Amino acid sequence: MKHRPLTRSLLGIYTALVAFLLVAPTLVVIPLGFTDKASLSFPPTGWSTRWYTNFFEDPAWTSAFGNSILVAVIVVIVATSFGTAAAVGIRSWKRRRWAKAAQVLVLAPLVVPAIILAIGIYALFLRFQLLGTLIGFVAAHSILAIPFVLVSVTAALAGYDERLSTAAASLGASRWNAFRTVMLPLIMPGVVSGALFAFVTSFDEVVLSIFIKSPYLETLPVKMYASVTRDTDPTIAAAATMIMLLTTVIIAVGLLSMRRRKHV
Amino acid sequence: MSLPTLDTVRPEPASGRTDRAADRKRRFRPGPAWLILPALALAAGIFAYPLAESMWTSVSDPVLGFQNYQWFASDSANWVILGRTLWIALLSAVICLALAYPYAYFMTISSQKMKTVLIVIVLIPFWTSLMIRSFAWIILLQDTGLVNEVLSWVGLGPFSMIRNTTGILIGMVQVLLPFMVLPLYSAMGNVDLRLVQAAASLGARPSVAFFKIFVPLAMPGVISGSLLVFIQALGFYITPALLGSPSQMLISQYIYVQVNGQLQWGRGSVLGVLLLVATLLLLGLLALLTKRSKRHTGDDGDLI
Repeated sequence: MKHRPLTRSLLGIYTALVAFLLVAPTLVVIPLGFTDKASLSFPPTGWSTRWYTNFFEDPAWTSAFGNSILVAVIVVIVATSFGTAAAVGIRSWKRRRWAKAAQVLVLAPLVVPAIILAIGIYALFLRFQLLGTLIGFVAAHSILAIPFVLVSVTAALAGYDERLSTAAASLGASRWNAFRTVMLPLIMPGVVSGALFAFVTSFDEVVLSIFIKSPYLETLPVKMYASVTRDTDPTIAAAATMIMLLTTVIIAVGLLSMRRRKHV
Repeated sequence: MSLPTLDTVRPEPASGRTDRAADRKRRFRPGPAWLILPALALAAGIFAYPLAESMWTSVSDPVLGFQNYQWFASDSANWVILGRTLWIALLSAVICLALAYPYAYFMTISSQKMKTVLIVIVLIPFWTSLMIRSFAWIILLQDTGLVNEVLSWVGLGPFSMIRNTTGILIGMVQVLLPFMVLPLYSAMGNVDLRLVQAAASLGARPSVAFFKIFVPLAMPGVISGSLLVFIQALGFYITPALLGSPSQMLISQYIYVQVNGQLQWGRGSVLGVLLLVATLLLLGLLALLTKRSKRHTGDDGDLI
């Protein structure tokens, strides 16, 4: 469509401002992690790495960081296997209406406000003494991560020709072997992107985690949340930078590996 | 392009049980349906059951009856919080729309390369933690923060922008903006730009062609984007908790206070039920409108 140059450049400037608003504010945490003052004033006037030293030497921060990674890795395993299995199961279920209902139930945790989930799960975990346990964290994060796997694997399965499985079976492959050697490689991009989303979902999760944590087990976002509301310590900025770095690396590696796969 | 499926090449079954067995063999399914069970069990146990129990709590804690609902209706403080939540959600949707509409429109008329850049910018926030983004706003919006400093250069301020509704709004709008841009962009992509050109060639001024042709055709995107932002804003917790103030609570913070602070499980559950019902009703509306607008544009979309 044709636009007058003036209209177009005004539109471009507006768009650039909105793009700036989307990305830039978050980036202030990176320089702030290197400030030399014990305050959150920005921009920093001098530089030091003491907040990183603090982050890596304070057991409260390192254990929270370790817990976050541990929980996220287990969630990736659980959510990717459960979610992929569910996608295959839903595709195979002959009673379509039931399959649809099951799908809605698995996806529903994504649309229900997190605070509602949180109080429900809090009450449940309180009763079964799952607060502050690894299994509790994994279970709670998994119900939020599985939907992402289910959606991306379902999308990958939509382009899968079932006759390939039939062919494998007719050549004598067992069901498991047919899945492992024929179907899985073909739907792998969907599985990988689901796994990435599962990792990031768990690694960033705050609301449920605030409710199900205990003094003995908390994740990095929970520790950050507590620090933000309690004190103004630039260690939070160092922690935030670490989280951003890690999630960006994971997403980038995932995207690159998927692109390479496509080229082969 | 699509090859005949097994169903179409399958011979008509002659009769009876042996056929069904043969049928089962021929029609290989990718896997057994019970593969869904682990995910389903988890969703039932950790999602559906606690949700149901929370609903039950709203009429059973501390004693059986509707006293918690009566409490909600009779205490005017509740209505103030509810009203504030709705108002903030509405404002978020309106501001997001004002920011996202030109952005999405610029995307539609840009070159392919520019489109990719702009879409990546919209997607970046999706893998940036909500915690970090709210924390960044605390740094920027505090009384001695960068935003106030910049404003003071032009002789404005200082404004108090955190621990109040301004802070909540700024934070929420930034977090929810992608949810407005994406549906808008997809709706605008479905608009046949030749219609706008046709209007122009028939003598309409560009602005008239834009407002009379393009805007109405892109309306489904406006509606679904606004609903999406509004729904999420209703239940937001982290951003209001960090950027807002306890004296100007939204409903999600209020739920936290009732359950965690005052151990009023019944009252907290009532608030949760109300929030859930509102969310589900609006989602239902969204689904209905999306379905209708699909039926409207339906096949036309494929022709472009």
